[in-house]
Amino acid sequence: MTRPEELLDPAVAERVLARALAHGGEFAEVFAERRGGLTLAIDESRIESVQSGAEEGAGVRVLSGATTYFAHVDGLDPADLERAAGEAAAALRAERAEPRPLRSEAPSPQPVDQPPGDVPAARKAELLRELDQRARAAGGEIAQASASYGEARREVAVANSDGLFSGDDRTRVRIGAQAVARRDERVETGAETLGAARGFELFDDDPAAIAETAARKALTLLDAVPAPTGTMPVVVGGGFGGVLFHEMTGHGLEADHVQKGASVYAGKLGEAVAQPLLTAYDDGRMPGEWGSDAIDDEGAPTRKTRVIEEGRLIGFLHDRRTAGREGVAQTGNGRRESFRHLPIPRMTNTYIAPGDAAPEAIIGDVAKGFYAVSFGGGQVDPATGDFVFGVNEGYLIEDGKVTRPCRGATLVGNCLQALAAIDAVGNDFWMKTGICGKGGQKVPVGTGQGHVRIAAMTVGGTEA
Amino acid sequence: MSELAEQAAGAVERAIAAGAGDAEAYASEAENREVRVHGGEVESLTAATQRGLGLRVWIGRRVGYGFGTDLSAGGLAAIAARAVEAARAADEDEFAAPPAAPELPVRLSHSIGGEGAPELVLRDPTIGEWSIDRVAELALAVERSALAADARVAAVEQAVYFDSGERTALAASAGVRAEYETSSCYAYLQALAEGEDGRETGLGFDLARGPAGLDAEAIGREGAERATEMIGSAKPASRRCPVVLDPTVAASFVGLLGGAAGANAVQRGRSPLAAMLGEQVASEAFILHDDGLDPQGFATAPVDAEGVPRRRTPLIEGGRLRTFLYDSYTARRGDAASTGNAGRLGYRSPPSVSASNLVVAPGSASGAELLREAADGVYVSDVAGLHSGVNPVTGVFSVGASGRAIEGGALGRPLREFTIASDLVSMLRAVRTAGSEPRWVPFGGSVSTPPLLIGEMTVSGS
Repeated sequence: MTRPEELLDPAVAERVLARALAHGGEFAEVFAERRGGLTLAIDESRIESVQSGAEEGAGVRVLSGATTYFAHVDGLDPADLERAAGEAAAALRAERAEPRPLRSEAPSPQPVDQPPGDVPAARKAELLRELDQRARAAGGEIAQASASYGEARREVAVANSDGLFSGDDRTRVRIGAQAVARRDERVETGAETLGAARGFELFDDDPAAIAETAARKALTLLDAVPAPTGTMPVVVGGGFGGVLFHEMTGHGLEADHVQKGASVYAGKLGEAVAQPLLTAYDDGRMPGEWGSDAIDDEGAPTRKTRVIEEGRLIGFLHDRRTAGREGVAQTGNGRRESFRHLPIPRMTNTYIAPGDAAPEAIIGDVAKGFYAVSFGGGQVDPATGDFVFGVNEGYLIEDGKVTRPCRGATLVGNCLQALAAIDAVGNDFWMKTGICGKGGQKVPVGTGQGHVRIAAMTVGGTEA
Repeated sequence: MSELAEQAAGAVERAIAAGAGDAEAYASEAENREVRVHGGEVESLTAATQRGLGLRVWIGRRVGYGFGTDLSAGGLAAIAARAVEAARAADEDEFAAPPAAPELPVRLSHSIGGEGAPELVLRDPTIGEWSIDRVAELALAVERSALAADARVAAVEQAVYFDSGERTALAASAGVRAEYETSSCYAYLQALAEGEDGRETGLGFDLARGPAGLDAEAIGREGAERATEMIGSAKPASRRCPVVLDPTVAASFVGLLGGAAGANAVQRGRSPLAAMLGEQVASEAFILHDDGLDPQGFATAPVDAEGVPRRRTPLIEGGRLRTFLYDSYTARRGDAASTGNAGRLGYRSPPSVSASNLVVAPGSASGAELLREAADGVYVSDVAGLHSGVNPVTGVFSVGASGRAIEGGALGRPLREFTIASDLVSMLRAVRTAGSEPRWVPFGGSVSTPPLLIGEMTVSGS
């Protein structure tokens, strides 16, 4: 494990911060990072696209009034860092401010038993071959299989003019499997992933099962009928089904959107936004989860934030700026893709807490509806609350039973209405991994929930 | 030779020394600026310098890739070591081989082509001449324009200005040497309009090689118009009807089409165009070129990511699919010649087949004529979830959309929360008319397209 002092010498950090505040400003920060990773893929049963990289750099920011001045450089040479500080300060025209002396306080990173960098590349290739074989063995109609492996390590150090000096050493591993099934002219695809903020030990327990899952999804879709069109009850599956909550509600709780009035949840703190059966959290400390870190990218320790309590909206997700503006505590949600980006409020692991309904009962009560097991992704406009999701595994519900698979379904709606329409939350619960994009920055996030039912929602299908 | 070109050449030498049979280095350095404004104030100013190098190596028929930001002698050696180690982990691929050097050496130049060819200026000198204060003022002007355009515009979520000047150097053991400079800038905003039942958002944007080429006034006005026109929107009834795609929407679909035309997707059986070479894949109204030399295109460069000269390639003409797009690997595998379509996302990833600038030929119908021809249908001004709503293998899609009703041959009430569904080829075959006013759109690649009238499409609402 790298200590932050090994990445960023505190004496250099103090000089950089002093330089950053040379022309004024209330706050300065230097964020140093070393990032490295390895990816490989298997396609047509051949290991390919083996890529290995290492990058270093730093970002310096100065806050003055409502304005952020930011500069970043590649490399961690002290002279480069000071130059970046000079560039960040260049447009400021005020009196010099003085940073406070640094005090070190780095919490423990997420534990890693088996650093992936210590595992030979051949073992990773072997893992991909297992995935490839498992997908191909799933059925004669599997026409193609491919899989990918990725490991990444981010060592970060943060120092700021309030005297904070902290750091984190983050390791993540993830595998993905894709399968293509073909029957005559019919072609369908399926995908599945497994990832964590852990080491290679994640793959101790039958990782290749995800390839079988991907293949099963593709095979199932061969029998799919066109998705229905219209408004109906929709049951959303657990795990990655949580991406629906992430998109339709989570983004609207990020305080930057809220403070600009660009969130449908602005001004609704304390109000009922869902039925009392719904409680939800953002938790950056869940052990080993994909969205977990020890600190956020401003050095604030991550934490568990209850955002919705029994249907009432009680909290937003803050970074340093949004928390300061509102006079509330930081929630450890100031995240950035890399040293090349400014931190902004982001989700970590966001989930609907388990309810008390059995998943069978949630489906059993539906006479005619749609069962969305997993999504290909989605998009929401936080200002209007309008969203759209592509369903990549979905089924009809007829007379309380899951019947035929459907293809080409999208869910379209508005978050306020859809959240308020959740009338059942399952007692089953699990988390899945996602990559979330916002403002041109991608960060790893966890999504989760049990089965959830939305009483009425628009399903846009391919059925004419 | 610039320092960057020397570093690229140095990386190649170190890769050979580390055991590679062949090597190819791609180095880039860029200076970027970004300004974000909100509520009449500058929210953030960013200045950045970036520098990195990616190294592709071949050991026999195995390929590996390494990259890094440390371009010192030691750093280049470390990148070379990583690339060689990566190649050793790869399986043999009979088609893997370094791209052959072009017959004519590609020179450091901003001009493209031989004697007498028009000079392509890819770098606008004003990019460095405009001070940060001046470009901040441009971003503020974008915001002001949206607020002034319509009283119903309550706020601007954010107005953004970005510019970048970049130098690229390529070197390969097979003899490739190239170096060039480009610049680009863009500005956009998201305007918020207050409606009877909630807020509406509208995007306005413009792009150019330098700040002088941006029209701040027009960007703000577009955002305001797109937001206010959605006030009072409702779901349309589900039906099949004529659909007009706004250029921003058409561009997203054209971007998907460019991906489907890439030989890699075709050879791996993952393209809806895989078995369509020479076939009727579109109506005659839809003419598409991949043009790596269009002076206005942002993918324009003297050479592609492997040093093969960029060119203009007809993709769809007379309704027929004329060719796929090739880089050197897929060309070897498909027994074809590279079309100069090796692209890169930057030094962090190896080259792969991608469209350069996709240019849809404009037709002769004005916007008003397209609407008259559609008579009764839907104008789609925005789509969401395209990345998740499309099956890349079959081209079948169902995506969320918003727009306006077309009633009596003119734009009518605003529509939201509907989906449009079809498949790529069926949609292209149903293109009835291309509009006469093309626009460059940076979504889903670099695309220039006019609005398109689709004869019939499934619209799902209530």
